[in-house]
Amino acid sequence: MAPSTFLDALVRLLPVAAVKTTVEEMRPFECDGLSMYRALPMCVALPESEAQVAAVLALCHAHRVPVVPRGAGTGLSGGALPDARALLLSTARLTRIHGIDRDACTARVDPGVRNLAISAAAAVHDLYYAPDPSSQIACTIGGNVAENSGGVHCLKYGLTVHNVRKLRVALMTGEIVEIGTESLDGTTPGGYDLLALMVGSEGLLGIVTEVTVKLTPRPALAQVAMASFPSTEAAGAAVGAILAAGIIPAGLEMMDRIATAAVEDFVHAGYDLDAEAILLCESDGTTEEVADEMKRIAEILRRGGATDIRVSRNEEERLRYWSGRKNAFPATGRISPDYYCMDGTIPRRELPRVLGEIQRLSRHYGLRCANVFHAGDGNLHPLIMFDANVAGETERAEAFGAEILELCVEVGGTITGEHGVGIEKIDQMCVQFSPRELTRMHEIKRAFDPAELLNPGKAVPTLHRCAEFGRMRVGLGRPLPFPDLERY
Amino acid sequence: MTIDSWQARIKAGAARCARLGIRGSGSKAFCAPPLSHDVIDTRDHRGIVTYEPEELVIVVRCGTPLAEVESAMAGEGQMLAFEPPHFGPGATIGGAVAAGLSGPRRPYTGALRDFVLGAKLIDGKGDLLAFGGRVMKNVAGFDVSRLLAGSFGTLGIITEVAFKCLPRPQQEQTRVLELDADAAIAMMNRCYAQAMPITASTWVGGMLHLRFGGADPAVRAAVGRVGGEVLANASEWWADWREQRHPFFSPEVNGLPLQRVACRASAPFADLAQGHAHQAIEWGGALRWLRAPLVTQVMIAQWARHAGGHAHVVRGAPSRAEAFTAIPAPLVAIAQRLKQSFDPYAVFPSL
Repeated sequence: MAPSTFLDALVRLLPVAAVKTTVEEMRPFECDGLSMYRALPMCVALPESEAQVAAVLALCHAHRVPVVPRGAGTGLSGGALPDARALLLSTARLTRIHGIDRDACTARVDPGVRNLAISAAAAVHDLYYAPDPSSQIACTIGGNVAENSGGVHCLKYGLTVHNVRKLRVALMTGEIVEIGTESLDGTTPGGYDLLALMVGSEGLLGIVTEVTVKLTPRPALAQVAMASFPSTEAAGAAVGAILAAGIIPAGLEMMDRIATAAVEDFVHAGYDLDAEAILLCESDGTTEEVADEMKRIAEILRRGGATDIRVSRNEEERLRYWSGRKNAFPATGRISPDYYCMDGTIPRRELPRVLGEIQRLSRHYGLRCANVFHAGDGNLHPLIMFDANVAGETERAEAFGAEILELCVEVGGTITGEHGVGIEKIDQMCVQFSPRELTRMHEIKRAFDPAELLNPGKAVPTLHRCAEFGRMRVGLGRPLPFPDLERY
Repeated sequence: MTIDSWQARIKAGAARCARLGIRGSGSKAFCAPPLSHDVIDTRDHRGIVTYEPEELVIVVRCGTPLAEVESAMAGEGQMLAFEPPHFGPGATIGGAVAAGLSGPRRPYTGALRDFVLGAKLIDGKGDLLAFGGRVMKNVAGFDVSRLLAGSFGTLGIITEVAFKCLPRPQQEQTRVLELDADAAIAMMNRCYAQAMPITASTWVGGMLHLRFGGADPAVRAAVGRVGGEVLANASEWWADWREQRHPFFSPEVNGLPLQRVACRASAPFADLAQGHAHQAIEWGGALRWLRAPLVTQVMIAQWARHAGGHAHVVRGAPSRAEAFTAIPAPLVAIAQRLKQSFDPYAVFPSL
């Protein structure tokens, strides 16, 4: 098939402005939030309706052209990295909010609707969409579904998978299917929970064309306690004590000293610069609930060795305490030309060991590393600082990051808590899963996309790639991940 | 080793095209695919592997009695927040996951699958696979462990499951209000939308039962707002409701099949079972139970579809057909390919 035949057919399917083929037009799509990887696609399609999405997919299917889906492009794992042989399909122009059912507390929206726009539309009913990834001002719900995005409130309110009721999905063939229901059943009797597979599938199974989300009632009150600790161990133990006391805080975040210093300089949130670790613990609910919970939280923090505890007295103060945590990434960007954000999850009790090891690696690679931590759910974001203009630093940052992820697996955790595998962590998938498990994932992909055209090369590595990666790792004295595979 | 022997049995079964069933106590056999006579008894593999209350994680082998898990967690002031129905004294954790059923707390804390963090299974080739893990947040690879919830032993033997645990509410109180169905639905919707600390809601026999839970002051404030009468023996009442021991579910009531209708929580009351006595509403309005003759099933299914959900016969169905809802062809094809991948030799039953 000559590409021109395909492109001729494509431009007949879509409005003129919805197809981009020149280098200048395609440049804005060359990377997502993981900007160290860049490539130009064969072409970009920006369909404006579900029917157009379906038509583009059917055409690509007929011509065997791979498709890379993209939402707002804020992803941090290169899941939307273009491929020169593939069409890049953006859902950013599907932006209708179809309706809000304030009694059932649901909203039905297009995939290109921004995460925060859902909450804005629901605000008149005192409802909001709970998952709040830090990119929520820009990221789209379609991308959230693809990545199973989390946020700082997911210990209490869940990830995307817990807040999506139903999807309309365009399969690679162009067929439209509905997955999930508007009721509380994710599955229809006699069917499998395909909704669980779709959420977090990183664009490998289908393209989401409509999402019905659960809305959460806005709590009457939220308050945050900010506590200083003389060590990360003490802060980690206090987190465990809060959870063991039967409290599920709305947010429970930790920052180490390097991160605190970086953000304090940036936002002046009033953080204690002498503390080795800062803990932010939020309580929300009715006035009575918050008063009761805050009292208990403060007592536990005190008993846990907090040297200073401040509880927000008003909304302005609450937002100021949070502003530091929420600006940890840009603040790091201010003190270093480049930074590389990692996303492992660990059992919380392993925190001291993992942080100790990160410090050792930091010295070994000669790169600074700040740590911010969704402490309640064990999701660690080390921010490795480097300068891409210094020869070899990018490679060192990547090697440092890879070691952190493998450490997460070693202590019983995972290589990604909320950012996805994409292209970034694809080699570490070989560490976390056995060849049989990876093979099963490829079969699941083929169950939805038998022609294997959707987002090829992302999220699940081929065994071939793992074999090459395995050989690469031998030099570091680690066990060979795939001893029974042929090497070449 | 139980796992080794199960793997060997499955491999042998696959080699000679034999059929194997998977069974715990059999408490949910009434809603599961029929089993061949050659059955693997999951109760041979039991026990809590790890329980770390501070990490909010419990890892359990499939054959462990649900009651044992719940009692271990209660000892630490925690619970399986999806409040699974047992449907029998010996109900196992593996059976609970395979059936994927959630109880009265479901609308307020989540479904069984929402609490599954990871699972191990032996597939139809006899391979032991692990998906997910023991941590709260994990987006590495497809979410196969949640796929297993409700798979009824058709994809393999779920040998081990990790769950997220939640604290039990410090205090619970149930209030009963006499209301007609529409008013009850509106009240249930309102309790949720106004962020009240509600943990269960059921309307049956013209009475709305609302369970509130949480910190003492929060519960006091909530029951003060809704009024009604305090329900004595509330925990027994909710356990009876969850286990379908309440008289509404009794086959003797009118001898009619039990139909389950999932719908949008805000769907107005529809007199689908001819008479308020033959309908109950729970899950904040999102679940309707009907005692209605089979001839009404098509009409009921149509209503359910219109109301954003589905309907099927749970008890008293003459065949498996009534226990299912029609699924569109592309999704059937996907399900078949999934089944083919996990169980290529059709050792296990089909959904």
